[in-house]
Amino acid sequence: MRASSKARREFLIRMGQGASVAATGGLIWSYLLMEQAHATPTGIRPPGALAELDFNASCIKCGQCVRACPYDTLRLAAAGEAVSIGTPYFTPRDVPCYMCVDIPCVAACPTGALDHGLSDINDARMGLAVIDIENCLSWQGLRCEICHRVCPVQDKAITVEHNPRKISKHAMFVPLVHSDACTGCGMCEEACPTDEAAIRILPAKLVQGKIGKHYRLGWTIDTPVTQDFVPGPDGAAGSPAPSPSTWLDYLNEDGL
Amino acid sequence: MSTPANPLKIGPNGRPVRPFVLPDSLAGKLGVWRYILLRRATQITVLLLFFGTAHWGWSLAGEPVMVGNLSSSEVLGVIPMADPFAVLQIFLTRHTLESRVIIGASIVLILYALLGGRVWCSWVCPINMVTDLAGWLRVRLGVRDMFHLNRNIRYTVLALALLLSMLTGVAAFEWVSPISMMHRELLFGMGLGWMAVAGVFLFDLLVLKHGWCGHLCPLGAFYALLGRVAALRVGFDTPTCTHCGECARVCPEPQVLNLKLAARAGMISSGECTNCGRCITVCPEDTLHFNLRYRVNSTEIPQLDSH
Repeated sequence: MRASSKARREFLIRMGQGASVAATGGLIWSYLLMEQAHATPTGIRPPGALAELDFNASCIKCGQCVRACPYDTLRLAAAGEAVSIGTPYFTPRDVPCYMCVDIPCVAACPTGALDHGLSDINDARMGLAVIDIENCLSWQGLRCEICHRVCPVQDKAITVEHNPRKISKHAMFVPLVHSDACTGCGMCEEACPTDEAAIRILPAKLVQGKIGKHYRLGWTIDTPVTQDFVPGPDGAAGSPAPSPSTWLDYLNEDGL
Repeated sequence: MSTPANPLKIGPNGRPVRPFVLPDSLAGKLGVWRYILLRRATQITVLLLFFGTAHWGWSLAGEPVMVGNLSSSEVLGVIPMADPFAVLQIFLTRHTLESRVIIGASIVLILYALLGGRVWCSWVCPINMVTDLAGWLRVRLGVRDMFHLNRNIRYTVLALALLLSMLTGVAAFEWVSPISMMHRELLFGMGLGWMAVAGVFLFDLLVLKHGWCGHLCPLGAFYALLGRVAALRVGFDTPTCTHCGECARVCPEPQVLNLKLAARAGMISSGECTNCGRCITVCPEDTLHFNLRYRVNSTEIPQLDSH
């Protein structure tokens, strides 16, 4: 074999070795990254946090939000915790978010992982309060309703409804959470008097369902009443055929 | 400090080769140790400023001294600072950044472009204290390298960090960096980050000399690229050098002490030089000294004509 072709072969083999080491290392490394950054989110983020994946990408892990919080609510996840490494989160049962009107944690964020567009703390969606009705005192028939009283978005995020009790004539007064107003601050979870909180904050994504557009709630006031359901252009989902008459016309005129 | 060179040997400049001898007097010793003492003081001061601001409420003129950490911080309530490598990785994940962190990264980039790129590594980086300890201990224990590793592998790690940031959508190095883990957990509460730090320590102690800082660390590689154009360098006074080799014996990146290149440039021009100053204080001929790039270029090169 000629010396030049031998040298070329050796060079190519060395290139291949280098590339395979880099590729193997890269694969292990990216596996670690996917494990960490794409894990199911369980940590409750500070107000204004972007969607979990965008937050994980944009957060530089500097902890300026942690330092800005006047209540020491936030902490940075250390290695080995359930929350992705170095990112801020809080545990509402220990210290909830007290919803400062000037939102200092968002103002302190240098990267925008906490969205600077958040100006009203009531628009924050840190998580969603979820009630375990099997362990909620009010749902057992006791008069508790502490969560309702401590809620900073009172009568909007948590309302107290009465509910007939099976064994006596007395009604039960039970708390209900409304996702359109709940900020996920966690003051309810902190205040809940049961041994383990019966109301707790979870990332909305983990608990919230979605009805889908093809179900029509015909009895609600803003749903138009129609007789014929025409499938939409995409097949499964559809929109009702536009009806020239209102429901009142339907009752008064031909239909019945 | 090291084995004395043969006193009869004559250097290429015609002068006898003299060994480095650690002075007996305390003042002399402090003179030799001045840069290592200054480096430790700087590293600990940076840590203390962050820690004191966070836990003891240190402030100056009513403003907190240093809020945040080395990834991103705010100094005295006005000056933003940010790790330019971290910001570059976030940028590559295609996420828009607030201007504050971009200004902060620019400030740090300019600072290190003036002070010498990897001056970060030997004067600020908290992991340097760990790897220096491992390096000091491995000499005393007589540990030998388990294998040889090309020092340029760090540039591959750097390229991988940038590529993986693009592909996985998260800042690749920031999620595994033992530097950030150590620094963050010292400031914000301990977790399992010490395991990563222990890993680096054991790797440097038992496996490979200067294994992490000198071979693998992509942040060091990033600042090495900046160091190629940085202003503050170790100047080299060609006529006095006897090629005794004392500098290379203490240098954590001995490949930068290519004396032919140094003679031509009048300085240690490689970006991999960390400006730690070890070589300056052990040089028996006083050949090495801190200097500015533009000054060596204008004063030292004409001397080469006479050679």
